[in-house]
Amino acid sequence: MAMPKHARDGWLLSIPALILLAFGAAGPLLIVFIYAFLEPGDFSGVVWNFTTEAWFRVFFERDIFDGTVSMADAHLTIFWRSVKLSLLTTLITFLIGFPMAWFIATQPPNRRPAWLFLITIPFWTNLLIRTFAILEVLRNQGLLNSFLLWLGVIDQPLQILYTDNAVLIGMAYVYLPLMVLPLFAAIDRFDFRLIEASYDLYASRWQVLRRIILPITRPGIVAGSILVFVPSLGAYVTPRILGGGKNMMVGNFIELQFGQGRNWPLGAALSMLLLVIVLVALLAYVRVTSGSERRDA
Amino acid sequence: MKILLTGTALTMALAGLAQAEGSLNIYNWGNYTNPELIEKFEEEYDVDVTITDFDSNTTALSKIEAGGHGFDIVVPTHSYVQIYVGKDLLMKPGIPEMENYGNISEVWKNVDWDPGREYTVPWQWGTTGVAVNKTAYDGDINTSAIWLDTPEELKGKVNVVPEMQDIMNLSVMYMGGEPCTNDKELLRQVRDKLVEAKSDWMSMDYGMTEKMSNGDVMASVNWNGSTFRARLNNPDVAYGYPKEGYIVWMDNVAVLKDAQNVENAKLFVNFIMDPENAALISSFARYANGIDGSEEYMPDEMKSAPEIVVPEELKAAGKFTSSCPKEVQDLYTAIWTDLQK
Repeated sequence: MAMPKHARDGWLLSIPALILLAFGAAGPLLIVFIYAFLEPGDFSGVVWNFTTEAWFRVFFERDIFDGTVSMADAHLTIFWRSVKLSLLTTLITFLIGFPMAWFIATQPPNRRPAWLFLITIPFWTNLLIRTFAILEVLRNQGLLNSFLLWLGVIDQPLQILYTDNAVLIGMAYVYLPLMVLPLFAAIDRFDFRLIEASYDLYASRWQVLRRIILPITRPGIVAGSILVFVPSLGAYVTPRILGGGKNMMVGNFIELQFGQGRNWPLGAALSMLLLVIVLVALLAYVRVTSGSERRDA
Repeated sequence: MKILLTGTALTMALAGLAQAEGSLNIYNWGNYTNPELIEKFEEEYDVDVTITDFDSNTTALSKIEAGGHGFDIVVPTHSYVQIYVGKDLLMKPGIPEMENYGNISEVWKNVDWDPGREYTVPWQWGTTGVAVNKTAYDGDINTSAIWLDTPEELKGKVNVVPEMQDIMNLSVMYMGGEPCTNDKELLRQVRDKLVEAKSDWMSMDYGMTEKMSNGDVMASVNWNGSTFRARLNNPDVAYGYPKEGYIVWMDNVAVLKDAQNVENAKLFVNFIMDPENAALISSFARYANGIDGSEEYMPDEMKSAPEIVVPEELKAAGKFTSSCPKEVQDLYTAIWTDLQK
């Protein structure tokens, strides 16, 4: 079948990207997939014997002491903590990010690039360094506690560091730009005359927000939520440094299997499970956004 | 921008001019190598040294096993030396024939993990015990009860380093067992003890040199040298040797079988067995080194430091642990996961 020239050129131009995808994404994923069905080596690596033991151990555990099989309660707890913290992070970044994006989108057009530029500045600094900066803020003798003590609001330092709250603060800070940028893109396209029109039709402020603004900017909200939720779910550095390591998130748990746990197949199986959760979230995204377009049409 | 570019080009040109005869790539624990030692070696032999950090034995082993790493020298803990040998990753650089071989202390010459020192030479040795800030707690600190039966004053202020092997073995010894035990009844008690103790902990984290110094953490499972460095910053910090059993270890310098710069690696191995150079290693990381005659080159505070000189009555409680067999390892990991869920 003959392709039109421009289509053929487009296909040719995408070859570098396709090669990169094959070697950079598909290849490593395939290795992870295969490893999940092998036996762990004695100290690291894998032994090339097929087994589904790793998958069994993702979902079930044999009691360490009497060998009875039950649901893998520890794994469920860890996955649930990750999902919960990621959802909360998404909610927090939305609540902070939406007014922020609204503010920027309603600035005069010549000032918007400057505001957007400010949003991207944190990306110039390494994640690790930003996380340590947050650690300095949250420490017992850190900026926040010293300030609150100075104000006299508290009389002894609050233990924020090494709690789930510290992880939430850290992740919300790190991922906020990922929420603001798509929200801005959505609000920027928003036709503000619609608001005037709805006020003319006696809509309350709450109704305008709920019935007009939120539905129209929904693709931006969903995109921002996905962009925040997905990396939060696999977060490693933030929970490791700010969470104090007492309670793991999935990322730390997977690292344990590849490191001190010396069980690569289990780590690989857990990675695949994480991938499946992310895929489900993305599919939900596609459904939600394409649904809205049908209704708009 | 133009000035910046010119500056960069200039630096690159100068670096090119100053290029040494050869190079040497060392793979060592982080914050563990004295820069003065490296400068001295570079000057003496005109060799360009690059140091890369690792944070755990497992990380180091898996990276080296994977190949293509480009390292010449690695510094594994004693419990890992036989694993490296078993996987045929180390070479015999002819250590007993080296000029400075005679400086290795007699006790460190014929060690279980490397009889006759064919593969490795001592880097530093130390102990894993507890660090306590005396302003927060002034009771007996020579016990793992600091973190396993945390005293009232320290509740919520204790850290436990997330070093699975060490923590498991310390707990097993606290409950009256031997390291790497496969006694399931005892391990059940160990798990229950750890899970119960955890509610009194503040965190499970590394970096105690700094956090004990600045008072973020009031007590922690910790290594002696790290505690020593913390005490130099904060005199309230003290080190305890748990009487129920604490861990003794030695990190060893080995030349990798696929080293690219074998001659330079051999020079380095011989170099660090010189007492003056061994003293440089210790005066930075604050652990003892196992080289005779190095004491006289060390700063005075090293010679009598309570973190270095083990009290006579507690010497017997120190245990050299080996790497546990796979079945024990699986039990340890399962308990560890239960603990951190």
